[in-house]
Amino acid sequence: MSYWTIRRRDVLTGYMFVLPQVAGVALFVLLPVGMAIWYSLNDWNVFTGQQTFVGAENYAALAADPQLPKVLLATTLFSGGVVVLNIALGLLIAVLLNRKFRGVTLFRTLFFSPVVVSVVAWTLVWGFLLQDNGGINGLLSTVGIDGPNWLQHGDTAMISVIFTQVVRSVGVNMVLFLAALQGVPGELYEAARIDGASSRSVFGRITLPLISPTILLTVIVTIVGALQSFAQIAVLTAGGPELSTTVLVYYVFQQAFKFNDIGYGSTLALMLLSFVMVLTLLQWQLRRKWVFYEE
Amino acid sequence: MTPVRKLVALLATLALTACGAPATETANKAADANLRMTVWTSNEGQLKLLNSIADAYRAEHPKVSSITFESLPFADYNTTLTTQIAGGNAPDLAWMGDISRDLIAADALVGLTDPLKATEGWKYDDLVDSAAAEYSKDGTLYAYPFSNSPFALYVNTDLLAKAGQKIDPAKLTWDQVAAAGAAVQAKTGKAGFVVRDFDYKAWNTLATVWTGWGASAWSADGKTCTFASPEMQQAMTFLHDAAFKTKAMPGPGVTADFFAGDAAFTVAQVSRASLLTGSFKFGLHPLPAGPKGKYAVIGQAGVGVLASSKQRDQAVDFLAYLSNPENAAKLAQFFPPPRKSLLTGAQLAANNKVLNAAQLQAAVVDQLPNAVTLPNHTSPAEIAQKGKTALDALWTPDADIPAVLKSVCTAIQPILAK
Repeated sequence: MSYWTIRRRDVLTGYMFVLPQVAGVALFVLLPVGMAIWYSLNDWNVFTGQQTFVGAENYAALAADPQLPKVLLATTLFSGGVVVLNIALGLLIAVLLNRKFRGVTLFRTLFFSPVVVSVVAWTLVWGFLLQDNGGINGLLSTVGIDGPNWLQHGDTAMISVIFTQVVRSVGVNMVLFLAALQGVPGELYEAARIDGASSRSVFGRITLPLISPTILLTVIVTIVGALQSFAQIAVLTAGGPELSTTVLVYYVFQQAFKFNDIGYGSTLALMLLSFVMVLTLLQWQLRRKWVFYEE
Repeated sequence: MTPVRKLVALLATLALTACGAPATETANKAADANLRMTVWTSNEGQLKLLNSIADAYRAEHPKVSSITFESLPFADYNTTLTTQIAGGNAPDLAWMGDISRDLIAADALVGLTDPLKATEGWKYDDLVDSAAAEYSKDGTLYAYPFSNSPFALYVNTDLLAKAGQKIDPAKLTWDQVAAAGAAVQAKTGKAGFVVRDFDYKAWNTLATVWTGWGASAWSADGKTCTFASPEMQQAMTFLHDAAFKTKAMPGPGVTADFFAGDAAFTVAQVSRASLLTGSFKFGLHPLPAGPKGKYAVIGQAGVGVLASSKQRDQAVDFLAYLSNPENAAKLAQFFPPPRKSLLTGAQLAANNKVLNAAQLQAAVVDQLPNAVTLPNHTSPAEIAQKGKTALDALWTPDADIPAVLKSVCTAIQPILAK
């Protein structure tokens, strides 16, 4: 009897199918994470290549870093603002565009088009528009409003980076919500109307539960995306004024590549990774409480 | 012959050919040098000149099979260079600005004094001391300061005339610049004076102003922050007033490009004269006097050899060639040289299409001997970022200037004391 039985061949085929993915994850995720853990335990002089094992010193430095609380606050404000606005606006636009009227395709294209624009080009243009003597304030002045110096004050700078990020990326969530809305069976709405349900209760009791799996997906993807937002910050504010828009991922870049403190930068990167993992797991666990699966 | 035998015969022939390659050719290949030098310019003329010097060197040194000039974007130059070094892919030679102190402190550069002195005809004594100081430690030069560009005051005389303003360059003070700038802003809507590249971020460029008040960012030994000194308070009060009271300087978030005709004055390096397009009449003068009198500030760039280079001797030899009197004279058409023999207005003007001999004599030659450099220290990026974060609070109309300056010292003192 040959060694290569049908079962063994099937098993080998299965492994061959997953091998590229496993190899990719191992090479581009697990290995870098492992290296980051090793770097976080070392002090690395990049100019001489000398590495000194320092144990938990970089982790202790997290607690002693006077800038870190401000960075975490900026990260929370930015990510929270982006997630709430992105989901709410994406859903609102999807609901408005989930009906048949003249020009609906044009509107859908318009809302989605920023997604395909290069993030750096998009942010550079907004950088010009948000200058004190830029286009936004020029527009406001035509209706008698003296606009603020958007990028030079902490609060307006944060609003600006959130706004530019949301406008650029809301199209993705809109498309996902549109697809979900179009998957809601029409007979359910019909039955609800026959029962005399109001539009509000139709939305709350039929639409929302049925698109809740998509909401879960968009929330997870948007949170992860917000926590990874780098180019917008780097181009628009470079983390300023003061530390008001220095989000964690930008802080990691500063420490590791600007200040050449690879050890501390790696420690911060691992902290960011743990945040993303905890938030994702939390939502995954909580999904049973609010996500409705038809099956 | 069977196919198998044919294959064996072919492999045997290939093996014999490989083993039998001339020994001299193999040895030559091992000795061939491929030098790489990182630069931040992508200017065609500058690269052409560098390549022509490299070609001439290679003609005299056949063992050097290639010399490559790798242009890196200026904004990310230090980060890219550092990443190359950290990744074990360091260039053999590199241009360097404020990263030089870190490289010197880490012994990452090859000492140049002895090899340059030993190079026939190099004329080490021809170097201007003030130009060499920034790249020296304990009497050893670690980078050849190929560019020594003083900061100067550019004046848009058309805009001044439009606003009815006149200045006397010989007796010009910062107060007069601010007054004329405020008048231009009020009468034409254009900006008064702009410290180029500052943009309320690169605060080190403000040394071109605060030096006139006798202020400095830190003590001469680099150990103590002096940002909160009375001199710095006065200088920063002058700038704050210009930004928020007299409007002589555009405020934060307002862009004004002197070279596009948007401002009456700008402080910029003499080498920026290439940006002048001839769309307005201009003047170029030494920096205005501050309360402490006349002063000069230069921005420098050096070129050094990385100690990690596997071809360091060859790299040093090429650097000596690149910077010898003959090639230094060629480089002078783009970069104010550090050699006394080349520093005359007439010589600099010979290759300069925008500035005349008198302007170059006054703005470059006369300034270099006593010029100070922009603030430079180890960990420049960290000092710049932490200083900026603290200094951001200054750029609001009701800022508490002494408190903000004190907070700058709180932020950067731990880095200075390292």
